[in-house]
Amino acid sequence: MSKPCPINDHRLPTGGLIDRQRQKSFVFDGRRYCGYEGDTLASALLANGVHLAGRSFKYHRPRGIFSDGPEEPNALVEMRIGARREPNTRATMVELYDGLIANSQNRFPALSFDLQAVNQWLSPGLVAGFYYKTFMWPKKGWMFYEHIIRHAAGLGTATLEPDPDLYEKVHAHCDVLVIGGGPAGIAAALAAGRAGARVMLCDERPDLGGTLRYEEREIDGKPALDWAGGHLAELAGMPDVTVLRRTTAFGTYDGNTVGLVERVSDHLPTPAPFQVRQRMWTVRAKKIVLATGAIERPLVFPNNDKPGVMLASAVRSYIRQYGVKPGERAVLFATNDDAYRTALALNEAGAGVTVVDPRGEHGTAWPERVRDAGIEVLTGHVITSLKGRLRVKEVLAMESDGRGHKGSPRPIAADLVAVSGGWAPTLHLATHAGAKATWDEERGSFVPDMTKCRADMTVVGSANGTNTLSGAIEEGFATGAAAAKAVGKSAPDPISVEVDDPAEAPVRSLWKVEPAQGQPSKSFVDLQNDATAKDIEIANREGYISVEHMKRYTTLGMATDQGKTANVNGLALLAEARGQSIPDVGTTTFRPPYTPVTLGAMVGRHTAKHYKPIRRTPMHDWHTDAGAVFVEAGLWLRPQYYPRPGEDVHAAMRREVKMTRNGVGLCDVSTLGKIDIQGPDAAEFLNRTYSNGFKTLAVGKARYGLMLREDGIVYDDGTTSRLGENHYLMTTTTGHAVEVMGLLEYYAQVLWPELDVQLTSVTDHWAAIAVAGPKSRTVLADAIAGIDFSNQGLPFMGVADGTLDGVPARVFRISFSGDLAYEIQVPADHGHQAWKALMAAGEAHDICPYGMEALNIMRIEKGFVTHAEIDGRTTPGDLGLDKMASRKKSYIGRFLLEREALKDPDRPTLIGLRPVDGKATIRAGSILVRDPVTAGPDDMEGHVTSQCYSPTFGEPIALALLKNGPNRIGETIWATFPLYNVSVQCEITPTVRFDPDGSKVKGETTDA
Amino acid sequence: MIRLDCPHCGPRDQTEFNYGGDGRIERPGDDASLTAWNDFVYTRDNPRGPHVELWQHTAGCRQWIKVARDTLTHEIIAVGTMGDDIEAKIADPDRGGVEA
Repeated sequence: MSKPCPINDHRLPTGGLIDRQRQKSFVFDGRRYCGYEGDTLASALLANGVHLAGRSFKYHRPRGIFSDGPEEPNALVEMRIGARREPNTRATMVELYDGLIANSQNRFPALSFDLQAVNQWLSPGLVAGFYYKTFMWPKKGWMFYEHIIRHAAGLGTATLEPDPDLYEKVHAHCDVLVIGGGPAGIAAALAAGRAGARVMLCDERPDLGGTLRYEEREIDGKPALDWAGGHLAELAGMPDVTVLRRTTAFGTYDGNTVGLVERVSDHLPTPAPFQVRQRMWTVRAKKIVLATGAIERPLVFPNNDKPGVMLASAVRSYIRQYGVKPGERAVLFATNDDAYRTALALNEAGAGVTVVDPRGEHGTAWPERVRDAGIEVLTGHVITSLKGRLRVKEVLAMESDGRGHKGSPRPIAADLVAVSGGWAPTLHLATHAGAKATWDEERGSFVPDMTKCRADMTVVGSANGTNTLSGAIEEGFATGAAAAKAVGKSAPDPISVEVDDPAEAPVRSLWKVEPAQGQPSKSFVDLQNDATAKDIEIANREGYISVEHMKRYTTLGMATDQGKTANVNGLALLAEARGQSIPDVGTTTFRPPYTPVTLGAMVGRHTAKHYKPIRRTPMHDWHTDAGAVFVEAGLWLRPQYYPRPGEDVHAAMRREVKMTRNGVGLCDVSTLGKIDIQGPDAAEFLNRTYSNGFKTLAVGKARYGLMLREDGIVYDDGTTSRLGENHYLMTTTTGHAVEVMGLLEYYAQVLWPELDVQLTSVTDHWAAIAVAGPKSRTVLADAIAGIDFSNQGLPFMGVADGTLDGVPARVFRISFSGDLAYEIQVPADHGHQAWKALMAAGEAHDICPYGMEALNIMRIEKGFVTHAEIDGRTTPGDLGLDKMASRKKSYIGRFLLEREALKDPDRPTLIGLRPVDGKATIRAGSILVRDPVTAGPDDMEGHVTSQCYSPTFGEPIALALLKNGPNRIGETIWATFPLYNVSVQCEITPTVRFDPDGSKVKGETTDA
Repeated sequence: MIRLDCPHCGPRDQTEFNYGGDGRIERPGDDASLTAWNDFVYTRDNPRGPHVELWQHTAGCRQWIKVARDTLTHEIIAVGTMGDDIEAKIADPDRGGVEA
């Protein structure tokens, strides 16, 4: 036996579903308290007499614990500390664990003494639209004010440290998904489960039962919770039934998909090793049963936000479920019979109670039943104000007939005010899928209209406006049985339940209590956003008469609780102000999520290196062993450079260029997209796809090809080789490999289905190695058997098959460096072997692996374009590739390429640049102007696309797009980079600096 | 989470597909007017309701398919191969088996 918790003086001596043998110690705002296993943070605070839980958002008014569930607008706390600190956590949903640390929010310096509470005395000015109206002057002022306002109006702060916890995602399918584990939900799951359907039943609470956990009801002559427990045990024994506790269904999506988040270990101090904190479920259900219950509506009356004001059902729940007495002297202010149960519960708990009911004597047994228990019932009365600063001390009640107050206020001493204005069914998940909430005047409540609901969903129980327990159970069971039948199961035997459902008089809709003469008038509708009844009147008066506009102007229904306790009252008051009915005003749209979902749950395991897959080439391990520094290219990792001891990136890449240009280098180009194209119409297909002609390409030859978009802009480039009569191999850029494949399939399947052509992506099937430099021929002639490497045997743009280290190798005489060069392709599994064989063969010639940096330098020296130039805005002409756009055939992009604007000679066109001083770096992205000092935005004549330091020419060089560029070779222009305030005077040069006559690449000047 | 009943593979999640735009548009011939070409490349209807569109089953059979989808409700009205007459399928009251 452990000792009873210290303090804990508001705990009832017996009762509740808590385990009094298991104490839990916790800290709130630096002070230590004790609670029990089974408590929430809210119930444990109340057991210790702590009602004051936070300060309000705008006025910093003291606020208390208001509810016992997900609707909580006030008791938002910062949970935990350090890396696990989480703001805006509802204390009503936090299960108590040993060592829990929580802090209140939005107060400075302390919860009981908050300096910004001065806002409430300034509040006549802080009405709806205040920020919009005030801080818009002067015009630029918002930039300044916003900083201060954001600080003043915060709701907690998130941690800045990385999340230490694990999250995961699960996909599941089921026949019937039942959302909500109250009486209706249990009955639905039971029926479907007994019929043999695959059932999932979820509930956001740690234990199922819903209202049965605190309502003193009997089913079949036994306590209602026993009925629930028996059926839950039966469900647990069914192999095809999954019951998920602590699991919130937060959104309904297309295709009968529901998102659930399971809080696997939020009730523990920390998750066990390798246990996830939360699990995101994507459930695809054939049938959905919505048994989400209803949320009690508060009442709007002056000073109704003081700590000690609580929903009537929450008061019952704290007494019966947690064994807590939330007050010593209570007033129940209710417009319906259901709330009278709270008066009885308070009475049993030993608290004094007075009932204030605006209805007159109304003929049901409830007032008498309550009076028989010795409780005073003031019918035809309303509460006109509350007194007390950090807690209610006194209630002022007045006689009222609905038109006005009569007599003088009667003071009633009270430290607790239980309120109930009726119920609002929890229809969020139905409205996500298009269902409407329609107003049922008779019931004084919204009910679901499922005619436009896109989900195969049925609403049961109090979510459906069914307000008797027997009705909810019967409806749930019948719906579960029908769902099972619809998925091909035979219906289970019907059940009957015996429940005493005493008659209840209709709810009286009381939307607002007018303040009494000379009394304070602030009546809150939305506690979380500090939106008052007056704010709604102002919004209406200022023309925000649409419910959506009113929401945005007053912020009613926004923020973390999304107005769960505020929306209906807000709509009704807007309707009143407009002089219309509630259906005429309509409702705002509920959107997912129902309650906040952590980013961690949405991200799941896809963090850090699991954020996206990594693609590695077959030679990756060799590069790693060689000490390569890698760079990301899309999903690929490619060697950026191979530093030797003492080298930085600049030294390494310059050496790699020099060794290649003077001898031989090799580069892993396996990432290039490769598409195998076969079929009798392959030539015609390519001819239509590329802007240049492909029909004349001979077998055993490669050709550079340019692909346009339909609008005439260059899309991609690469070489395509003809391997056989009806067999081609296309290469694409690394970046567009996936998209080009999809595009070619579009051409083949959608545009030209008459062409007999087959496409296969073979990017991953072939390892590709570029071998470049004047000695490349010598090395390959040694390494590769079966190919005549003479200039006649394998001429420029020739293709031949040979054998490399016993492996079949395809050799393409193509060059991206401008030097004599080849590309070798071998089956991917032999890539590493082939690379090593080439390194061995080249050892005597000091062969050098080069990375992306050297590759880029060499292509700039040669004036070849990449995506820096093919930027989605350039035509073939802009890139100096005018001859690549055929005039003789039809191809993708031809028609719109002929547009006048794309032929304008003043279009920026590719040229080369060098700094006049031979030294200054020309930054990529620099703007080209005639005079950097006087130039304005209209004086821009082009921009720099690529730049490097050229080791070959010993100076920085660049490629750029310049108006009328090719006709300005030899002139000077300024490359200006305003961000860093640097300008470089440049000489305009031809694009091709290296081997301009092509003699090297064609092998005419090398040592063949 | 739309689900598309791929005519080649069966019902699959939307994440397996790539959207390919309006499926009723025809590529003009070389002798068509500039206006026709301009419309082909740039002009798209934005209907509220049924819309015939192209999707590619990129993570499946790689085939382009036709899908009739209600843009308001995401209801999948009909699916077909590129060779199918999707308009006839939409009109068929017994199209059945198509699941949203």
